[in-house]
Amino acid sequence: MPPVIQISGVRKTYGSTVAVEEASFEVNEGEIFGLIGPNGAGKTTTMECIEGLRKPDRGAIAVLGLDPFRQVYKLQERIGVQLQQAQLQKRIKVWEAVDLWASLYRKKAVDGERLLEQLGLSDKRGSWFMNLSGGQKQRLFIALALINDPEVVFLDELTTGLDPQARCAIWDLVRGIRERGKTVFLTTHLMEEAERLCDRVAIMEHGRIIDIDTPEGLVARHCPERTVVLDTENATAKELFQQISGVESVTCIDKRFTIGGRGDDFVTEVIHCLSENRIRVTDFRTILPNLEDVFLKLTGRSIRE
Amino acid sequence: MMLRGLWKLTWIEIKVFLREPLGAIGTIGVPVLLFVVLGRVTNHKLAPSSFPGGGLSGAGLPVLVSLLIAISAVLSLVTIISIYREGGILKRLRATPLRPYTILTAHVIVKLMLTAATLALMLMAGRRYFPAGVNVPWFSFTIALLISTWSILSVGFLIASIVPTARFAQPIGAVILYPMIAVSGLFVPVEALPPALHAVARALPLTYAVNLLKGIWNGDRWFTHMGDVAAMTVSFLFCTVLSAKVFRWE
Repeated sequence: MPPVIQISGVRKTYGSTVAVEEASFEVNEGEIFGLIGPNGAGKTTTMECIEGLRKPDRGAIAVLGLDPFRQVYKLQERIGVQLQQAQLQKRIKVWEAVDLWASLYRKKAVDGERLLEQLGLSDKRGSWFMNLSGGQKQRLFIALALINDPEVVFLDELTTGLDPQARCAIWDLVRGIRERGKTVFLTTHLMEEAERLCDRVAIMEHGRIIDIDTPEGLVARHCPERTVVLDTENATAKELFQQISGVESVTCIDKRFTIGGRGDDFVTEVIHCLSENRIRVTDFRTILPNLEDVFLKLTGRSIRE
Repeated sequence: MMLRGLWKLTWIEIKVFLREPLGAIGTIGVPVLLFVVLGRVTNHKLAPSSFPGGGLSGAGLPVLVSLLIAISAVLSLVTIISIYREGGILKRLRATPLRPYTILTAHVIVKLMLTAATLALMLMAGRRYFPAGVNVPWFSFTIALLISTWSILSVGFLIASIVPTARFAQPIGAVILYPMIAVSGLFVPVEALPPALHAVARALPLTYAVNLLKGIWNGDRWFTHMGDVAAMTVSFLFCTVLSAKVFRWE
């Protein structure tokens, strides 16, 4: 099956500012693909080139086999878009927006009322846009992105500015989109969001794609370190821990040991060592690296900076 | 399909406009009120006019108020376009199969309808202030005003293309548009203006709008004003082509 989105060698500059230096990747059918990176990395520009809203200076883009710039109207019939920080008319009602959007597409739109119900907006259908909460506005934008039953859905910084509860609800909705067999392309600067939502992610910084893989794959490749923290009063433990295969460091403060090592089997090895030597522990936990650590490792800085 | 989108968008823009707290009152009510009040004053003191082509007598007042209606429609268009641009509404609409010019056409239709509605109210409210016995060709006059508004709207688009932010849209538009009335030949005949201003007046669509509106109000036939219509069409084309080049969607 050919990829749904294929971009190679894309570059985009605004005057003397290089927004996207070089971007190449593919997005497969039915996956949630995340473009992650700090603000200003070039994520939105890349996404807008793919949506046909901007023309790249060079490079090739194909979405559903279409050229997003030359065949933009054909493409827009088949994709759904949520833009970063978009607004609607202040005094447009929720149902009017859905009704208007439904009328803009050639093909038959999905049932707007059902869509509002699924997104938990039924009781807000008569409210003005300006009176909706941030989460409700984002859910309305998701509804508008889904109204034409698109094959690919683009979500740009979907949960920025939302509280954790609204964020979790939106994540569930996005997973629901994938379950309907659609491809989701999203950007985020929230590593937690990428980790919990995306099947594959591309890390972008300074207009370049640094690496692409599943979140687990990226962590395994770039941050193989595993850390086990445990409490024990066993005096001989330190020597035993130092013999575990893959171990790199053992430190002990009071009764608390911090054991660092690498490899997927490292945690198992520690447990094995504990049970074989019948070491009594009163606390045990693991610290596993995440995308945040991968980003720090790859770029030398935290994504929050 | 595109017509369906255009119709829906136009209808929604009308509703959204009417929900604006001061929208309808400010845009429709003020010109009508102005007409009635000024009509009362001038009717008793100035009419019939002894200065044809000057002052607020005869066709002067209705033409002035009509121009104010047109300009307030244009200013409201400039403001709306810049607010929509700033809020990303234009961009969001552009991310649908809707053609960009459809979005702008919807706004032009809304403004023309608004102008026609205000004019109708003005004519009804002003019935008793018209000089007795004069049969005003209200249908022709409405068409003339719509042509004028349409031509000034293109100037509005040009302004909307260049204003940096929504905050400046209204004042910049006002500063450009209102002084046009002064040299339009409404108060002082164009021929009586200093040569420099004379040239300016000849380049502005408002001058031709005034000439057309005055003539039609006084019962002129359309063919005597084809030159005015042609000049406004040229100005429309010029502004439209120019704003198509410099218009920013975001």
